[in-house]
Amino acid sequence: MGGMSLVQSVDNVALLPAYLAAGTAVLVLLADLLLGRAGATVAVAAAGAVATVAGAVVVGAGETRRTFCVGADCSWVFDGRAALVAAVFALLTLGVLGLSGPLLGAGPTPVGEYCFLLACSMTGGVVLGAAGDLITLVVAVETLTLPLYVLVGLRRGSLASAEAAVTFFVVSVVATTLTLLGAALLYAVTGGLHLDRLGALLGAAGDLPLTTAAVTLVVVGLAFKVAAVPFHAWAPATYDGAPLPVAAYLSTASKLGGVVALLAVVQRALPADVTGPVLAGLAVLTMTVGNLVALRQRRTVRLLAWSSVAQAGYILAPLGALALAAGRTGEARATAYAAVVAYAVFFVALELVAFAALVALRPAGADGGTVDDLRGAARRYPWAGAAFALALTGLAGLPPGLAGLFAKVTVVRSLLAGGAGWLALVVAVNAVVGLAYYLRLTATLYAVDASAGPAVRDGRPAWAVSAALAGATVVALVLGFAPQLVLALAAG
Amino acid sequence: MSSGDFLLVAVLAVPAVGAVLVAATPRDRAARLVGTAVAGLTLVAAVLLVWGDHGWFGYGPAPAVQPWHELDLPWVPGLDLRFHLGVDGLSWPLVALTALLTLLCCGYTVWRVPAGGTGRALVALLLVVEVGILGTFLALDLVLFFVFFEVVLLPMYAIIAGWGGDDRRRAARKFALYTLLGSVLLLVGVSVVVADAGTADVVALTGGTGLSRGTQLAAFTLLAVAFAVKSPLWPLHSWLPDAHTQAPTVGSVILAGVLLKMGTYGLVRMAVGVAPEGARWAAPALGVLAVAAIIVGSLVCLAQDDLKRLIAYSSVGHMGFVLLGVATLTATGIQAALIGNIAHGVITGLLFFLAGAVKDRTGTGALAELSGLRETAPRLAGLLGFAAVASLGLPGLAGFWGEAFAVVAAVRRGGGLWTTLAVLAAVGGALTAAYFLRLLRQVTHGRPTPAVARVAPGLAGAELAAWTPLVLLALAVGLVPALVLGFAAGPVDALVGVLR
Repeated sequence: MGGMSLVQSVDNVALLPAYLAAGTAVLVLLADLLLGRAGATVAVAAAGAVATVAGAVVVGAGETRRTFCVGADCSWVFDGRAALVAAVFALLTLGVLGLSGPLLGAGPTPVGEYCFLLACSMTGGVVLGAAGDLITLVVAVETLTLPLYVLVGLRRGSLASAEAAVTFFVVSVVATTLTLLGAALLYAVTGGLHLDRLGALLGAAGDLPLTTAAVTLVVVGLAFKVAAVPFHAWAPATYDGAPLPVAAYLSTASKLGGVVALLAVVQRALPADVTGPVLAGLAVLTMTVGNLVALRQRRTVRLLAWSSVAQAGYILAPLGALALAAGRTGEARATAYAAVVAYAVFFVALELVAFAALVALRPAGADGGTVDDLRGAARRYPWAGAAFALALTGLAGLPPGLAGLFAKVTVVRSLLAGGAGWLALVVAVNAVVGLAYYLRLTATLYAVDASAGPAVRDGRPAWAVSAALAGATVVALVLGFAPQLVLALAAG
Repeated sequence: MSSGDFLLVAVLAVPAVGAVLVAATPRDRAARLVGTAVAGLTLVAAVLLVWGDHGWFGYGPAPAVQPWHELDLPWVPGLDLRFHLGVDGLSWPLVALTALLTLLCCGYTVWRVPAGGTGRALVALLLVVEVGILGTFLALDLVLFFVFFEVVLLPMYAIIAGWGGDDRRRAARKFALYTLLGSVLLLVGVSVVVADAGTADVVALTGGTGLSRGTQLAAFTLLAVAFAVKSPLWPLHSWLPDAHTQAPTVGSVILAGVLLKMGTYGLVRMAVGVAPEGARWAAPALGVLAVAAIIVGSLVCLAQDDLKRLIAYSSVGHMGFVLLGVATLTATGIQAALIGNIAHGVITGLLFFLAGAVKDRTGTGALAELSGLRETAPRLAGLLGFAAVASLGLPGLAGFWGEAFAVVAAVRRGGGLWTTLAVLAAVGGALTAAYFLRLLRQVTHGRPTPAVARVAPGLAGAELAAWTPLVLLALAVGLVPALVLGFAAGPVDALVGVLR
């Protein structure tokens, strides 16, 4: 590479969304330091998230932008899909900020730190979508998850919260180590770190030593992040121990991060004949175990956590299908990758609605409680209850949750396009199992014998929670009637 | 936008908007009246659909599906989903029947709201169910068909779980899980077709053009199992007796009257139409299962001691005749299936209304406690007798044509298997007569039991208003089967044409 210039021109426009996200974190810190008013700090964080969405949309609307390039390989590729990912992360952050209103108002949680950590996590998510090499990818994933260790433990005086934080921390660090080890082995074998270059090298060289081990390590490390079975055990305890808004963030943004990272390496870098069988097995295990265990859950957040484990299985399925199908075409592959992104976006929208409704229904600052705590809640609070029911039906893949229905259609379709009919049948049967517990929760919301006492909130929820719930519900409804918005971007 | 397009949209939009209006109307009775008016408007739009281009002429081979009205708009290109609606002779009778039954149920709810929830919510849910059923019958896009197929599931669950009998939760859950199993298989089947053909347009796909034999066999198997759950076909029927028995009267009427028809209609239009090769391959198996349903349904009915449950199980037998007609894959058989569909909808709808009335008055559904109804409530007993006789297939009433011609079609199909099936189905028909006569003997004759003795003889105006149209239709379809067959002849001939 001696002849290549070492001075790079950096395309700052391509980096604008990342600047905005990182700037948000810095500004939040400054606002907290200089103004010291909780409202101002939250407002700065919210404004920063909105600016990040705007930046992602503006930059993403143009041509694909690349920067930090060595030859043809670039570490930063901001295309339509990266813009979608960045915008979704920023919107999720905004939603979670809204949900955090009662938590921050209730007292012991430090507002400045909370908003700063959330903004840092958002920065990781924004960078993740555009990452073009393994190092950027791993750093982005860590930037996304590192603040969450602290956020999970923020319920002061709660043993469950502290336990959750430690569990999450230990598991996550081990996972990262595995991914890094895999990345190091890949570098040792091929001498490349850029995703596209790795793909080309591994594709051309055929049978390189250690490749299988390296690829498996990378995939398994990232499977921890999406809580795929058998790397899922941390998720239910962590979700249940964390404050509700943080659990919402974990099950949406953090999960989306894992999916995006996994997709990036599987689509661009790693040989499908190695990743495919691993991912297909993970997908089947994840959806089946997730659904079966969710059937038996009595606590609401644990039920949602296990259900999100199952959903991760549906998300992984198209990736697994690809490699198993002989003679797959480029079109089938593109369909599968788009299906993964689209399903993930539909899922996080519905999951956020579910958590937002739960926050709105429960007393300020409370944890998720048991399913029975919500008995008859939808009759007392028809709007929040209806939103919760909408989200649950969507997660079950049924109307009126049309977004979930189309998510299911997208995945089954991509599986059949990839020639994996058996996997489609597994998904189908799992959808039936899933309905059983979503239906139980929904029916509890509308139970007539409303004995709901202190378990359900009195009076109106904070306006920020209402706004977040309304916003997320509107997004989920719009996606239900116009799923093409997501499908088009996901395909890009 | 032509008037046909307008009507097609109106048939779906009026009940959909109406459901929202009903939910938003503050006073309960006013909301129920609004819902009835909306259902009435929907019926008007549905009936008006009949005026259109019925022309079955032209040069060259006719297309297999020739809608009277057609509306085709893009919706989700990424999923090959188009908002493609159309109505023809196969679907119009079912569309009209759906609109009629929904109107009758809404009107009935104005008069009486079953215990469990507000009348407003019940009427709103009935209208949502109507949107789903009508959309299923009107969809000419496989994916759209699936979407509407799913729309029905949760509102119907809510109707059973909210306003049903004592064991409603379990029955509703069973209904939801069973039918979801059917519809996810439908999704896989639809996706098999769409992934192979690259289009979801039913008009283009009918005849199986462009699909390989393997795809057709897989698609037909998946679709047939999916529709067999919905119809339901023995041995996938076990959700039906519970759901029908536990559902409130209006729920049972809609369930038996039109919801089951989504399965048989889907089988004819989607499964047979799109994968004819698969249909030919699977026809013997389908026929055997259909006849098994007839025999098993009849035998179970003979042993039933609950009025609603007996009527529910009778549906298994009747739908067996419909499926036998389809399985023959002949013009006669498919026409028999279509008229059997309509007749069953009208007659069983009426039977469930009457069973509900009996149960409301006496507080029991046990046959042993219901004897002597003729003594205290002669009109109700008379109507029950009429409906039972119509249901057992007396010539001159609606039930006759579907069952008789299903048997005829099987005989004409020839060969040892089909002749045996025809004979067995005929035996099943005789058993049907036996259990309905047993029902009449137990309920109407004998000395009044204490429960029956306190029944007042009169019928409410709302009851008469709900039942009269069904009585008249049962007579009309029985005397002039051309009411249904006249519309269906062209599409059925075209469908059978592509089957060859």
